[in-house]
Amino acid sequence: MTITLNNRKETFHGGPMSIARIMEEKSFHFKMLIVKLNGKIISKEAFASTLVNDGDRLDIIHLISGG
Amino acid sequence: MTVKENISTLLAEKCVGIAGAGGLGSNVAAALVRSGVGHLVIADHDTVSRGNLDRQFYFSDQKGHPKVYALQENLQRINSATRLTLFYGRVTTGNARQLFSGCHVVVEAFDMAPEKEWFALWMTENLPHIPLVMGSGIAGWGLSEKIRVQRSGNLYICGHQLETNEKEVPLMAPGVGLVAMIQADIVLEILLIKNDPSL
Repeated sequence: MTITLNNRKETFHGGPMSIARIMEEKSFHFKMLIVKLNGKIISKEAFASTLVNDGDRLDIIHLISGG
Repeated sequence: MTVKENISTLLAEKCVGIAGAGGLGSNVAAALVRSGVGHLVIADHDTVSRGNLDRQFYFSDQKGHPKVYALQENLQRINSATRLTLFYGRVTTGNARQLFSGCHVVVEAFDMAPEKEWFALWMTENLPHIPLVMGSGIAGWGLSEKIRVQRSGNLYICGHQLETNEKEVPLMAPGVGLVAMIQADIVLEILLIKNDPSL
């Protein structure tokens, strides 16, 4: 399937995947994150159970200390 | 009216919230006052310390003063006509709505990532119509070409987004200033383009 991940087209083998699996495959290991699927905020607890489908838009944003 | 006059008129009517008055917030505030934004709401719980003077918009004779009041002094020296609403205390889920619901744009300028996270989630859930301009990844030097803006709906994240160890990669004035100026620039873009697409 092909999705838009952080404004870039990304292709993954196979069908729908959980957000947690995509984060694992793309090595997103940050503790503080904002995750939006098709514009909707997804809570940490739902990363494993929320499926991303072909054509979806996923934004994974790191939050880093310093201000 | 000239383009510059048109911009001044538009910005004079705008209100921008700034959550945190450290390296990002104090410098964003100065840039917005210089740009002619009419009203700023600034919230911070901290006082000025010696270690802040390497990157924040404060002066050595302001050590120990609450940042919001020291910033008020400094901003008024730039333009005494700018309206400033100051809150000396922590931003919490209990007061965020009262502080920021009247703003046209809010700038997230907190120090720690967990604060950034709750504030972004809270804003997205409670005040989704207000654009939020965040800073993430400002430490180090030589990274100016890595600084970028990631946009997702009404959420704008500015910075290099590279995880750094603060003990080894300190916060330096140029990097902090760069991200602060990009945040301020995005605020102007939002305020001006949303109001007059011809600009």
